Amino acid sequence: MDEIRKMSALELGKQIRSGEIKVREAVEAYLDAAEEKDGKINAYITLCREDALQRAEEVQKTILEGGLQNSKLAGVPLAVKDNICTEGILTSAASHILSSFVPPYTATAAQKAKDAGTVMIGKVNMDEFAMGGSTETSYYGPTGNPWDPSRVPGGSSGGSAAAVAAGMAPCALGSDTGGSIRQPAAFTGLTGMKPTYGSVSRYGLLAYASSLDQIGPLAHDVKDCAAVLEMISGPDSHDSTSVIKAPFDFTDALADENDPGKSLKGLRIGIPKECFAEGLDPVIREDVLAAAALLEKEGASVSEFSLPVFDYAVPAYYIIACAEACSNLSRYDGIKYGFRTKNAEDIIETYYRSRSEGFGTEVKRRIMLGSFVLSSGYFDAYYKKALQVRGMIKRAFDSSFESYDMILSPVSPTVPYKIGEQISDPVAMYMADIYTVSVNLCGLPGIALPCGYTQEGLPVGMQLIGNSFSDHKLIAAASAYQVLTDYHQRRPAVFEKGGEAGLPDIKPAAGKGVTE
Amino acid sequence: MQITDDLIEYLGELSRLYLSEEEKKSMGSDLSDILNYVDKLAEVETAGMPEMSHPFEDVNCFREDTVVNGDDRERLLSNAPESRGSYFKVFKTVE
Repeated sequence: MDEIRKMSALELGKQIRSGEIKVREAVEAYLDAAEEKDGKINAYITLCREDALQRAEEVQKTILEGGLQNSKLAGVPLAVKDNICTEGILTSAASHILSSFVPPYTATAAQKAKDAGTVMIGKVNMDEFAMGGSTETSYYGPTGNPWDPSRVPGGSSGGSAAAVAAGMAPCALGSDTGGSIRQPAAFTGLTGMKPTYGSVSRYGLLAYASSLDQIGPLAHDVKDCAAVLEMISGPDSHDSTSVIKAPFDFTDALADENDPGKSLKGLRIGIPKECFAEGLDPVIREDVLAAAALLEKEGASVSEFSLPVFDYAVPAYYIIACAEACSNLSRYDGIKYGFRTKNAEDIIETYYRSRSEGFGTEVKRRIMLGSFVLSSGYFDAYYKKALQVRGMIKRAFDSSFESYDMILSPVSPTVPYKIGEQISDPVAMYMADIYTVSVNLCGLPGIALPCGYTQEGLPVGMQLIGNSFSDHKLIAAASAYQVLTDYHQRRPAVFEKGGEAGLPDIKPAAGKGVTE
Repeated sequence: MQITDDLIEYLGELSRLYLSEEEKKSMGSDLSDILNYVDKLAEVETAGMPEMSHPFEDVNCFREDTVVNGDDRERLLSNAPESRGSYFKVFKTVE
């Protein structure tokens, strides 16, 4: 059923509720596509065929009995990032240390998605513990970019992005600590949104940096993202940082298909000139500025301004993220769950060796860096300083939002690069997060969406950043842009039926450093 | 900033990580590169600036403190690398 995979998640939901398509047909269409294509992409760590088909029958029964009629995505398949806990299903965070972890509970976001009638078809690949921007640090091997599988899909939610872009899921949940939803969305021609901090409960999200982490959607367009976000957001008694502030009716903000200009008229968009400085690929600069010109033509006022603190966001981010990570990851000790070494003679050695054998290089690097910035003698110069700079960045954004409704910027300074090309240079990898980390430091919402393609056919993304709790404004503007453009409607060759033919296998064979 | 072998050793202890000789070498040069980069923050005058540890300082979503025995012992223990009866099994921790 190739027609099913060409529909948006919302269209598919509509046809399922009206009875034109059966839930089982929708779920099978995506499971079959994943089984055909994933050997060449490696987006899935676990594909849940049996569970998904059983769940499809339950959801179908509920719909036939008149239930879930207000649930826009009832019956729609969903891929979930492997750092989001799912009861009874492996949740590895793409790490050896959790390669046997089967959670006894489900994360709130995944539970809300389930309650709304979506059918989870699998758990998707990511950088180990979400630490990376390329999905190359996964214990389960790298994921290929559907637009060119020899290139990275971005990260850390690279599996979420690749699964959707290749037509192996209509939408996915990812998590974003420093750009981990927005950058892979940009690298794969998708729309991805990191909502205001606290909009989506973090209960059951394996913690990386708790003051920065946020779950959010990836899909082909803003409409599907708004629907997924609406479904998973809301206060949660299990997360004391979840916000009570309503409304969470994000689909109400979508632009009028017949009059997108209405959502753009009078909108004040600021472009920080620091975002277009040296280091940005000229193709990306051109495409993002062309998007600015289009928004202006349709009624927005666009002006350049200066945001000098921008240059300090990446250093502050890495100090804070690693400090929080080193604390959060201290729970992995080989005692209560996860991997335990066989090479220890006492309890202390059990901790040391389980962690040393269980964590990959990038995770160890960030734990060591976190230990350093928190250690006595360096705490003030690094951690305290970074927290102060974070406050200064927040104030600079606050004052920008007095003059502008939103900020337009690139998502990444580069287009997708070759697998293996940058992995050995951590500083270069960190610096590539320049346009995305401020959003997390300040708890702001950010949305990434496609605004062009390079001559080689690689996607280019742009980002809209709003003030806290202005997620609706971002959704309105971004969806208006998608009424006016068709970049979000293009699909890579691998998306098509049989499109994977001739591509090399990328998925590591079972038993080669991989457990399933 | 220069990362000495002693510092790598110390950070390994704090982090409960053993590093091979080869890992120590590359970790030292990586950390040194990263710290040279983040030292850029020294340019920023921050005297008297408040520290921001969380996006919204004034938000707390509390719940009633009621007992809910949702966690099932058997299921929790099922993830343990080693268990015996209703206990996690570990090396002897007290003499």
